[in-house]
Amino acid sequence: MFNKANHIRENYLEMTMYPSIFCSGCGVGNVLNYSLRAIDAEHIDLDGVVFVSGIGCSSRMPGYIDADGLHTTHGRAIAFATGVKTSDPDLNVVIFTGDGDAAGIGGNHLIHAARRNVDLTVVCINNFIHRMTGGQVSPTTPLTSKTSTTPYGNIEQPFDLCSLVIGAGASYVSRWTLGYPYETIKAIREGLRNKGFSFIEMLVPCPTGYTKKQKIPDGRETWDWYKESTILRSQYMKLPKAERAKETRIVIGKLRDSPRPEFCDTYGKLVEKYRL
Amino acid sequence: MGEHLDKEHYDLVCKALGPKMQFVQGDVAYAYGALLAGCTYFAGYPITPATETAEALARYLPQIGGTCIQMEDEIASLSAIIGASWTGTKAMTATSGPGFSLMMENLGYAVMSETPCVIVDVQRSGPSTGQPTESSQGDIMQARWGTHGDHEIIALAPSNVQECMDLTIDCFNLAERYRNPVILLTDGDVGHMRERLVIPDREDYEVEFRVPPPEDKEAYVPFEGDENKIPRVANFGLGYHTYVTGLTHDVTGLPATDDADKHTQLVTRLVEKITDKREEIVRVEVEKQEGARIGIISYGITARPAMGAVRILRERGVPVNFMRLISIWPFANRQVAEFAAGLDHILVPEMNLGQVVHPVREAVEGQCPVSCLPKIGGVMHNPQEVSEAVEKIPKGTKGATGGKKGGKKGMKKGGGR
Repeated sequence: MFNKANHIRENYLEMTMYPSIFCSGCGVGNVLNYSLRAIDAEHIDLDGVVFVSGIGCSSRMPGYIDADGLHTTHGRAIAFATGVKTSDPDLNVVIFTGDGDAAGIGGNHLIHAARRNVDLTVVCINNFIHRMTGGQVSPTTPLTSKTSTTPYGNIEQPFDLCSLVIGAGASYVSRWTLGYPYETIKAIREGLRNKGFSFIEMLVPCPTGYTKKQKIPDGRETWDWYKESTILRSQYMKLPKAERAKETRIVIGKLRDSPRPEFCDTYGKLVEKYRL
Repeated sequence: MGEHLDKEHYDLVCKALGPKMQFVQGDVAYAYGALLAGCTYFAGYPITPATETAEALARYLPQIGGTCIQMEDEIASLSAIIGASWTGTKAMTATSGPGFSLMMENLGYAVMSETPCVIVDVQRSGPSTGQPTESSQGDIMQARWGTHGDHEIIALAPSNVQECMDLTIDCFNLAERYRNPVILLTDGDVGHMRERLVIPDREDYEVEFRVPPPEDKEAYVPFEGDENKIPRVANFGLGYHTYVTGLTHDVTGLPATDDADKHTQLVTRLVEKITDKREEIVRVEVEKQEGARIGIISYGITARPAMGAVRILRERGVPVNFMRLISIWPFANRQVAEFAAGLDHILVPEMNLGQVVHPVREAVEGQCPVSCLPKIGGVMHNPQEVSEAVEKIPKGTKGATGGKKGGKKGMKKGGGR
């Protein structure tokens, strides 16, 4: 893992942007690392990749990559990316977004891109919080969590983002925590390879915005919290049906991999048929 | 398509569009103009009275190898065309008031990121859902100031179907030349009106493309203005590795949000790249008559009853000067100031309660009173009501207006709305 660090730094990072804006213990940097390793492993030419993002901590990621980047408005990354991809299907379009960006203000764009099955790879960094603005409740904040706008605890049922995009028609969906770096890299690679809408949800800690307010004191306990709060899909599937229904832990792993006709391909065929 | 609109592409567009002379509606003519300008990407969302543009392009774009996509809303529509523009594609969306309101967020993004793109706003009666099927000119100020922060906007307003096509071509040229969003600020009456339209020969109109980046990638400074303050920024996918952001950025494109000087430099350049070229962008038509003391300034559909009024008044022996604004933004300050010279009064008929009248008054700088002849409800002015309003202006007073007797009090009421 570590002997690759120099290679990644020298070939992929925009070093003038460092030090980064991310807090100590933040998971965004890890996801950037895993994403670049996935691109490297797939031998994808960076000149043909566009990184698109919205607004929020994770949406700053494209700025740290020496590549074409489109840092857009809040929630709109996937809609902008749809324009990039459908106007030039040869480009590889990767989206970095967060839970607030993708599922709050941008929820409509998320489900419609999944429905269209546009060939986009969405890496959604879910830290359960709106951190850029100081730690407000987001559509994925767990029930009862205290945030700056839910000082008495969150009363709203959070989104299960993976179920949401599966329901909307995404053709590849995975969810991992930072505890599974190799599985994450593999998932992003599979997402890049999938010709269609790929969604990789990363559950990452936000020490300054989320875990601190839940009175999780340090990195070790944060790590434990993620371990205790998640269950691998392979284990989940072994549970008797009645127990599965009662399961409150977040299921992680590869949750969907069923390719179906992709938007640009289908549109290309339509053009072939009707072009004068 | 490359750096020029080749004859082959033009021929393909003409093949799709059919006869060179047609009887079509304005909404369809915007689509024609876009295709003739080399637009190969449209994203939109259905809205009255602009839907016909999307319908036309949904039919024509696949025929010429372009892309037409119906997005989930107008926010996504403008997002998609901005994304498409960064791949070097000429892209357009079309909408009306409620959709235009949703676009304000990304209109600002397009200004800040210097993205060439065209937005057709077929104005309808508002506020809110208002009168969906009725025309209006109520988005004049929204087009100018609807998105937050200091910025400049280019907007053109067609008065007939031929112009719907011709000015859409111009919108694309201006967007590419100045790297700014350009708005075709049209209205439901022009959009739904059917008139004769002649498709130009390729050699009879200009097609412009954004300035390419320097070949030497080492010398590439993406957001540094050239001698015209316009950046030579590269399209995506060419290996230039450009970071595009709506945040305040320096010439490298990278964020510089807490630097007052860099913000000032950036926003000043964004404004001046347009205002420095005001004379190149501004377009007006002026018709002067010997001895005229009254002037009418109008635009869009309202220019037509206004011109009708000028004819009626001429027949009655009342000379009136007339100015039609073809460009709305940036405003024709010099042209309007010169038009006002020697006049006793300027009347501005418009289908709102007074919008263009404000920049007119600002440009006139007190040379003569300026009043609005407002009309809302979705019904056009008729020539008679414009001519009657002119006739009610007391002669030679330099202080009265139509509809009210008695000098300054009346003027304030008429013009201050």
